[in-house]
Amino acid sequence: MKSEVILHINGEQRSTVIRQADTLLVVLRHLELTGAKPGCLNGDCGACTVLVNDTPIKSCMMLAIETVGQEITTIEGLHDTAIQRAFVEQFAFQCGYCTPGFVMNAYALTTQKPDADEETIRKWLESNICRCTSYQEIEQAVRSVLVQKKR
Amino acid sequence: MIPFDVAYYRPSTIEEAVQLFSSLEAEGKRPLYYGGGTEFITLARLGRTFADAVIDLKSLPECRILSVTAHELTFGAALSLSTIEEANSFPLLTKAVREIADRTARNQITLGGNICGRIFYHEAVLPFLLADSRVVIAGKEGISEQSIHEVFEQYMRLSPSQFLVQVKIDAVYNKLPYVHTKRRQQGNTGYPLVTVAALKKDEKLRVAFSGVCPFPFRSLEVEERLNRKLPLDVRIANAIEALPSPVLDDIEGSANYRLFVLRHALLDVITALEGESA
Amino acid sequence: MIGKSVIRKEAWEKVTGKAKYTLDTVSSGTLHAKLVTSPYAHARIRDIRTEKAYAAPGVRAILTGEGLPLTGEDLRDRPPIAWEKVRYHGEVVAVVVADTLMQAEQAAQLISIIYEPLRVVGSPKEALAEGAPLLHENLATYQKGKYTYPEPGTNIAHRTKIRKGSMEKGWAESDVVVEASFSFSPSDHAAMETRCATAEIRADGTVVITASTQAPFMIKRLIGEYFGEEVGKVVVHTPFVGGAYGGKAPVQLELLAYLAAKAVGGRKVSVWNTREQDMVTSPVHIGMEATIKLGATKDGKITAAEMVFLFDGGAYSDKAIDVTRAAAADCTGPYHINNVWCDSLCVYTNHPYASPFRSFGHCEQAFAIERTIDMLAEKLQMDKLAIRERNAILPGNTTPTQVMLNKSNVGNLPACIARVRELIEWDEWQRIEINSRLVRAKGVSCSWKTSTIDTDASSGAIITFNTDGSINLITGVVEIGTGTKTVLAQILAEKLKMDINDIHVKMDIDTQTTPEHWKTVASRGTFMAGRAVLSAADDAIRQLKAIAACILRVSSEDLEVGYGNVFLRDDPSVYIPIKEIAYGYKYPNGNAIGGQIIGRGHYILRHLTPLDKETGAGKPGPEWTVCSHAVEVEFDKRDYTYRIIKAVSVIDIGKVLNEKAALGQVMGAMSMGLSFASRETFFFDRYERVLNAQFRTYRPLRFGEHPEYIADFVYTPQIDAPYGSRGVGEHGLIGMPAALANALSTAAQVPLNQLPLLPELIWRTKEGWFNDSV
Ligand SMILES: Cc1cc2nc3c(=O)[nH]c(=O)nc-3n(C[C@H](O)[C@H](O)[C@@H](O)COP(=O)(O)OP(=O)(O)OC[C@H]3O[C@@H](n4cnc5c(N)ncnc54)[C@H](O)[C@@H]3O)c2cc1C
Ligand code: FES
Ligand code: FES
Repeated sequence: MKSEVILHINGEQRSTVIRQADTLLVVLRHLELTGAKPGCLNGDCGACTVLVNDTPIKSCMMLAIETVGQEITTIEGLHDTAIQRAFVEQFAFQCGYCTPGFVMNAYALTTQKPDADEETIRKWLESNICRCTSYQEIEQAVRSVLVQKKR
Repeated sequence: MIPFDVAYYRPSTIEEAVQLFSSLEAEGKRPLYYGGGTEFITLARLGRTFADAVIDLKSLPECRILSVTAHELTFGAALSLSTIEEANSFPLLTKAVREIADRTARNQITLGGNICGRIFYHEAVLPFLLADSRVVIAGKEGISEQSIHEVFEQYMRLSPSQFLVQVKIDAVYNKLPYVHTKRRQQGNTGYPLVTVAALKKDEKLRVAFSGVCPFPFRSLEVEERLNRKLPLDVRIANAIEALPSPVLDDIEGSANYRLFVLRHALLDVITALEGESA
Repeated sequence: MIGKSVIRKEAWEKVTGKAKYTLDTVSSGTLHAKLVTSPYAHARIRDIRTEKAYAAPGVRAILTGEGLPLTGEDLRDRPPIAWEKVRYHGEVVAVVVADTLMQAEQAAQLISIIYEPLRVVGSPKEALAEGAPLLHENLATYQKGKYTYPEPGTNIAHRTKIRKGSMEKGWAESDVVVEASFSFSPSDHAAMETRCATAEIRADGTVVITASTQAPFMIKRLIGEYFGEEVGKVVVHTPFVGGAYGGKAPVQLELLAYLAAKAVGGRKVSVWNTREQDMVTSPVHIGMEATIKLGATKDGKITAAEMVFLFDGGAYSDKAIDVTRAAAADCTGPYHINNVWCDSLCVYTNHPYASPFRSFGHCEQAFAIERTIDMLAEKLQMDKLAIRERNAILPGNTTPTQVMLNKSNVGNLPACIARVRELIEWDEWQRIEINSRLVRAKGVSCSWKTSTIDTDASSGAIITFNTDGSINLITGVVEIGTGTKTVLAQILAEKLKMDINDIHVKMDIDTQTTPEHWKTVASRGTFMAGRAVLSAADDAIRQLKAIAACILRVSSEDLEVGYGNVFLRDDPSVYIPIKEIAYGYKYPNGNAIGGQIIGRGHYILRHLTPLDKETGAGKPGPEWTVCSHAVEVEFDKRDYTYRIIKAVSVIDIGKVLNEKAALGQVMGAMSMGLSFASRETFFFDRYERVLNAQFRTYRPLRFGEHPEYIADFVYTPQIDAPYGSRGVGEHGLIGMPAALANALSTAAQVPLNQLPLLPELIWRTKEGWFNDSV
């Protein structure tokens, strides 16, 4: 069951042939957008997080065909954003495998909830697993961006 | 990776959705209604579920309604849990859904999917059981509205061609005192060891559970025992004797431990609610 | 340069998602393999039928275990694909290769296998019990390393013995004795990138492998040894690795990828673990049962230590043998004890097989030792930090394997303890009741570690120059997340007094062009590769000076290299820029001398010796890093739940090379240790099948569950290390399980000697539910 679809990814239109049963993660990676990572394919780890209409979504749990007509943003669509700079400066990554997913989620959080309180930060960011860092570095990165936004 | 082919349909009316189901079935296919897709995709990947066609309910306007009137609150079955959470129109429901899965997953998981899916916790149903809600169901026979108690008995008793359109509660319920607690094996995310939701209406406690038995439930027998005029620990012990099935004993926790946790969860919930009336 | 928090070289690659990991490099046209795994933990394979699967669309090959050589690093006990018998749930029984992953998966379902279940062995104690089923009947015939001692007719793959001093004397000198037993089940590394590999065989027979591994050079060597490939014709590539923690030190999927490629005429095949497979099919974090007995004088001097470690090595020994040996080598913890008796066994069970886990056997044994020391302190009514201070190992003491310590090869433990005492405010209080339910309590521990690695392990480095005078740095250390490659660039920049931005680091490994670094394990990357880099820099400096001496007409002894120039030491105005000589020097008349400057260097650890079979005497590693740790918890006495409030580690690091990178390593390790200790375990059913091979039910620590981390350092230089720096990649982890268990034992007022410390465990221990069936 294949179809040709046009997906709106990072402001571009990408035409591609997909199986209707393909998840968004699989399709993005076939399009050589390999920033979103497979970590569990089960919705548990967040390594595959992208934005669909600005909402963080685990791309392993959504069919690509559902996103036709919607705006998809992947890590490849972020350029020199405050959250990326903060991740770099705070050493909020080590192996980097969870990083694209974490950055996408944190990007959505910091842009959409500039007033996020502790509880909101926790609720959002507990969606992703990082096995290398202590999370304290990630917390500092996110807080530093929120502080900038508030200024 | 779903190791079989699936055709994807996105009807825009209820009639079309039901119609699609029938015609696909007539073609010998195995269609399935589709909400957030999170459960379908993760089970399909492991070969634990199968469908050759999915009918996405997310474009049905009726399923996306979230309305609050003076008399009634209506929740569309295709609303995501985080939408419900942000709207916060029924605080007990907000509290219940906020503890399911994680925030990103809740952006996708739908109310209908949580209530009608196969993963047996169905934590979002607890507030609706307590609020004597009504469910709107669509199927070959048309659209009907019934009490949730007629349809939800351990799980949603729908025929394959039926789907949940909406859940409605009387507006009075979102003003009542409530308590919700979810206790896990460890930490802030994960399936429940014990979840207890409670409301107080007309000076009576209503209590519903998930994680205690292999299905969520509200039991009038349990409630009756909890409302007796006896010391609290006696009421709790009596109530536990009336649980509708043996307590779960699995990797989340042993049966004995669950009972221990349940006792304290009940203690806390009831103390909080009875304290409030005092 | 040294000590600065230089931004990691690959930082922007990683935060933009451009960094490539193994699976990101799989090109279209690659064939895909699906692993068919065993649903039984122990069974005879009666029959494997593959005809139907062969007929499925897209299938190119189906591999079974028939005729394959046995593999294993210390003891060859493992067929790459099970044959005749499966020994753990999740073991590979067949590999299906097809055009697409979906076709491979579909075909895999058509393979029918008939098993005859056998009695299972579910723990080391069961394995050692009289009449236990033998996992390896042919143990006696397996090929083994010279220092591996399997015990045929039993389930013991290896035994390490430590015999130091006289136990008789030790017990005689002691006034009190404590003894306790400890246990935990296997768990997982759970690196976010699951293990994967691709292989192809080129027309000329070159085997090209790309793998997510900590040991690319070991893959090359083993494929040579196991399958008779010419070692020079095996080329291994390793791009970025998405977390490893020891779990990517063993060689497993690479062998399957190689075999699969061979079966399809050399075409490229990708083998990739799903999360579920990664958790059980590939090697796991070892389990353990242990008994510790300590004797001490009234004033707290430990006079005797007797310990038995029964490690749950799982179905195959592989790297577990080494892990159990390392645990034994440092068995006392960082304490000076004159009389030591230790048996550390690598035991076969029907569990997934084990591999190193960050800290290599140390967080496991430290849990047992440090809990026992707390119990000893309680019995003696002594302060728990004071008893550790009293027994702290010092220069002039000997280790359990009888190595004499000096000021360089061991750090300053008393200083670490003193700092922890301050940071956790130990003297203020150790247990306080906040209200009728909540209590806060602190727990402490100490740890140490040397790296037990092969005595001939070496590391090499190459530096080449570019025409603008900038440098390319090439080493064999894999970038698994530790930031070592950036630290190496800092070492080089310091040495050559140049801008760190002018040092270009080759991030990926290609065993054909990258000099060998034994394995990226054991926190030894900075030390060994750092020494190699310094030696390569010396080599380049020598060459630069030689050519500059010729051009400047001075003696090369009078020259210095730095700031992009070669200049006269006493008159820097006489100089030549490096960029003018890095590719040879051209005189105004067109004559030229020299050529591209290529610096090369290497380092091999010196004077390491294997441990003696009977006494354990020997030198396992170059130095011992010491640390002290503390954890503060808030415990609910009614519910047995708790929050970890604060975690502290103080490590004698020698010298900090990159501050934020070092802190990140320590805190990340602490996080992993707390996660393991507080929640991670496999749950087995009575057939020894793993019930929770998913993150849904195997739940590592998440954001928001983390305590406040405090990492701090003490600085006792290791004289022979680059700038005196000691390895710290694992040390933050070692004492965490023990410190958490000590804090909770104090809080709950009951000895907690099992892991993970789930509230249910505390409840069960406290309320005496041990006979519970679960
Ligand atoms: C990461 C993760 C964590 C989870 N943790 C929890 C938890 O803590 N507590 C808990 O209670 N649950 C938990 N779940 C289960 C979860 O709530 C359900 O599985 C939910 O995911 C299904 O929602 P969905 O909209 O994605 O369903 P889908 O995958 O779309 O559908 C699931 C099933 O429900 C049926 N269905 C969907 N919508 C309707 C409808 N309107 N009418 C009739 N049938 C319908 C589908 O046919 C299908 O059989 C978790 C799930 C995930 C992925
Ligand atoms: S890969 Fe999607 S959540 Fe883990
Ligand atoms: S940086 Fe390695 S998993 Fe987060």
